[in-house]
Order: sequence, then structure tokens, then C-alpha cells
Amino acid sequence: MSRGKVWKYGDDVNTDVIFPGRYTYQIMTPEEMARHAMEDLDPEFAAGAGPGDVVVAGKNFGCGSSREQAAACLKAAGVRAVVARSFARIYFRNAINLGLAVLQCDQAVDSLEKGDVVEVDFSAGEIRSSRGTFRFLPLPASVLGILEAGGLLEYTRQKLGLDKKE
Amino acid sequence: MGRTLSEKILGLKAGKPVRAGEVVTVSPDIILSHDNSVAIIQEFRKLGVKKVRAPEKIVIVLDHIVPAADEKYAQNHKSIREFVAEQGIPHFFDINAGICHQVLPEQGFALPGRVIVGSDSHTPSYGAFGAFAAGIGRTEAASVWATDEIWLRVPETLRIDLSGRFAPAVSAKDLILKIIGDHGAEAANYKAVEFSGPAAGDFSVGARLTLANMSAEMGAKNGYFAPDEKTLKWLEGRAREPFQALVSDPDARFESVLAYDLGTLEPQVACPHAVDNVKPVSAVAGLPVDQVLIGTCTNGRLEDLEAAARVFKGRKVHRSVRCLVIPASWEVYRGALKSGALAVLVDAGCVVLNSGCGPCLGAHEGILAAGEVCLSTSNRNFRGRMGHRDSGIYLASPATAAATAVEGRIADPRVRS
Ligand code: SF4
Repeated sequence: MSRGKVWKYGDDVNTDVIFPGRYTYQIMTPEEMARHAMEDLDPEFAAGAGPGDVVVAGKNFGCGSSREQAAACLKAAGVRAVVARSFARIYFRNAINLGLAVLQCDQAVDSLEKGDVVEVDFSAGEIRSSRGTFRFLPLPASVLGILEAGGLLEYTRQKLGLDKKE
Repeated sequence: MGRTLSEKILGLKAGKPVRAGEVVTVSPDIILSHDNSVAIIQEFRKLGVKKVRAPEKIVIVLDHIVPAADEKYAQNHKSIREFVAEQGIPHFFDINAGICHQVLPEQGFALPGRVIVGSDSHTPSYGAFGAFAAGIGRTEAASVWATDEIWLRVPETLRIDLSGRFAPAVSAKDLILKIIGDHGAEAANYKAVEFSGPAAGDFSVGARLTLANMSAEMGAKNGYFAPDEKTLKWLEGRAREPFQALVSDPDARFESVLAYDLGTLEPQVACPHAVDNVKPVSAVAGLPVDQVLIGTCTNGRLEDLEAAARVFKGRKVHRSVRCLVIPASWEVYRGALKSGALAVLVDAGCVVLNSGCGPCLGAHEGILAAGEVCLSTSNRNFRGRMGHRDSGIYLASPATAAATAVEGRIADPRVRS
């Protein structure tokens, strides 16, 4: 379960505007990545985003390159989930593997607006807001496990029985 | 109801019947990576695991920047070589092998029925042999190294029925550009693309690789041909292990079906800066170019170099053009030496480079300056991919590329001046 506010965008939000190509070959900490999140799309985002926030967008979110930073920077900015009509395939995988939930739900995209406060209940498969409750396709158990662990690397460590700390 | 090739392969791997939409956890047969292995090694180290789980399944091919273009790349290559030695990874190909997507088939790793995952977006290429092959991220590749497992969503399938015959100087590249132009760069997002129909069997293994390779540009998870006699013949003496050739059942469920008559196609060109911005060559003919690239994992095979050589025979590269030729692998390189194609290309004034990706990804060997235009046989023409943000990339077939190099302007390979 998470609670935060909505950031609303349109269709085909590509990886270049989520995390600009000019930074992709620089090694950055998550905090530094968060500072550049959505830099070329929404200059307010990096300063305004907080824990539990949800990005709501149209179709084909995350199209373009396979850079993992485009998922990592949103997670680092506090975003718990991206809700869209559809996702580009590699973005979908990268996001889950980095512990960022990617949810498909047309009704939520139709109804939610910027600034709305929403709760996402992953096990119930629901997004709740003052505009209504929207159901998304619950995630398969293996994928939920990855999200709950906080990403694939943590999930893998747990599976291999390795201690969480380095 | 029958099952598609993807449902069958993943079902067999998962040990239970599966349908499109399900998520399965499987142990892949091959995990490919290239120069980016260095990033995967970093992630792998974070896991704190000492040893990779199944070293014999890992295939590493240095191909992106070979030989190393600067200190940074040299250090990357060095770190990869050290890791390979430390982990006892038996299948490592250094800078004298070629592009991974050509090397894996030639070396008998790409087999029917295999599950191949690769940390490269053009991994679907191996579908040319009826494998289930998909691209994955770096974090994921590190996790597969550690666990020998991966989650995969069984994809729905888009079938493309092919009929008729290509007109002279028209080829597989023109077909795939036309399909992507007609249906857009996300036409097959998450999906499998099955190339079938009465003409599918006519496609050479090289042409199948071109189509499967570029299915990635339609957003496909995997793209494939059903393995047939041609596949088996090509794999003779190459296949490293026995394999099972699986094909879709006749009553399998396809999400949608497209049909293309090859006979009606003309040469196609994808214009800057999107792969689906496709026009017939006649619409862009005459546009001056500064550079032509013949090569890459899409169109750097022997038949591609020979198609170019046929156009170049007795003619020269235009003096205002730099024409780069990159055989996709050393096997292709040797083949083109033997067949005489390379002599024709060199005599025409082409610059032949070491097998590898070359300037395809804009890291070295023929970077474009501001305002320059390149016509390339590669698969992506995103803004700035081969150099300056204000350069432009046109994508076309090897025949169109050679005709363009001769004319100094985008040219129709069917017309000989
Ligand atoms: S040739 Fe180009 S598209 Fe193919 S693997 Fe190399 S960089 Fe990628």
C-alpha cells in the first residue's frame, strides 16, 4: 500500500524526456538521478515529487531506449507506481526489476488529474482516490515478489539466501 | 486450441502448458552479452555472489567498440577478459570474431526451440532459427548470471503472412521497413511476430535474420520463422547440441494477422529520425549524402556484401561520399574475400573496417558531424545515434546503399545511370 499525489502526462512519454540521454553514460547516485527525472518534460517534477507519488500517463510509456535510469530516476524521486494505458516492453521489465510498479488501468488514466491524492493497494489490485476506485490487473506472484523486495537484485539476494547488506 | 511457437517453447521450459499472458519462470539456454558485460559485472558484484551459476550458458562477444577506441573502452574490455578468466566462462569471443548476432548463429548457439536472452535489444535475431529470443536489461542479466532463472511473460503473437516474390533489387530489408512504416514502431509491443505464409520458406537464413532482427523495431519481444529444411541445412556442422524444432500449431491463436505480397514492393527508405518514418525510395531519391554504411547485425552478411558488390561492379564510390563496409563477422569477412566481393568493394573505393558494430551506435569509426547525412543498412535512425544531434540517418537495403554510394545521392537500385 502506498499514498501520494498524481503527476499527469500524455501518450508516448519517451525515455529521453524521463532521463535525458546526455547523462546516460555518467555514473550517478540515485539522488543525483532523481534531480534529473523528467527534466525535459516537466521542470517542476524533480523538486515537487515525493514518496508514494504516482505518475499517470497515456499509451506507450517509456518508449525509446533501454536505459534503466529512466525507471531508476522515478523510483529515486519517490514514485511508487506508474499508471498508464500501456508501456514499452523494455521499460515495463526494467521498472519491475528496479522495484517500480507499472500498472495498466485505462479508467484511472481517464479520471485522475494532476495533484489528486491516491492510494495504491497492490495486493487488492486497486487505486483509490476521491474520484473513485479503479482496479488494475493484479500482478503475478513472482512479479509482486520482486516489487516487494524493492527490485530484482534484492529479490535475487533473498532468493539466494544472501544477507541484505553489502 | 493449438499453441504458438512461443507458447510451446516456454511451456516446455516451464514444465507445464502455458498460454499467452501468463508469466513463467524459466532457466534460459543462453545468456548473451557484449561490451556492456562490464555494466553487468558491476551489478553482479553488488549481489555479493561469488560465482555465476551456469558459466557454460553465458556467451560474451566483444563487438561494440572493437578494437578499443580509447582508454575507457580498453579498460572495459580488460575488466571483461579478467571476469571471463576468473569465472571460467568458456564461450568468450574477443575483438576478432564479429557482431554477437552473427557470431552466435555461426557458432551454433542459436538453435530451434532454445530460450535465448541477451542484454541487447536485437537479441530477437535468433528467432530466424525458431528460437525464443528476447532482449533483457543489465540488472536482469546480472540476476540471471547468479540464479540461472528469469521471469518471462508469454507473448501474444502477430502473424505476418508473406506471399509472392521480390522484384529484382528488392529484398528483406525493404519488406521490414515497409511493414514498420505501415504499422508503426509499436505495432508489436510485447508481442511475438511470426513470419509465415507461402513465401516464408523462400527466405534465406540471412534474410530471416534481417527480419527477426528488425522485429525489435516494431517493439516485438521476439520475432521468428518456423524452422524448416533450410534452417536444418544451415545448422549442419554448426549446432553445438541436439535440438527440437518446434512450430506453431495450425489452429494456434494469433492476436492478429497481416498479409504482404512481396511482388508489389519497391525499395524503401526510413527517414530521420524514426524507424517508422518510411518512404519509397522514389520519394527521397536525389538527396545528397556524406556517408554510406554497409554492415551491422541487420545487413552485414555475405549475401548483403554480394548484393552491394553487384551494384559496385565496374563503378566507383562518388568522390563526395565516404562508403564504409563492415562484414558482420570474420566468417563473413573470409567468405567475402573468397567470393571476390571484397575486392570489388575495395576497388570501388569502399573503406573496409574490422567486423563489429562500427559507427552504428555512434561510439567510433565514422561519426557524423553536424549537418551530415548518412545512409545506412542498420536498424535505427534515432536522432544523434551516429554522431552529432543535427546529423541525419536514412535506413535502406544494401543494394540501395551501394547505388547511393555510387551516385552520391539517395538512389533507386533498380535504375542504373
Ligand atoms: S550492429 Fe548496431 S544494432 Fe547491431 S548490435 Fe551492433 S550496435 Fe546494436
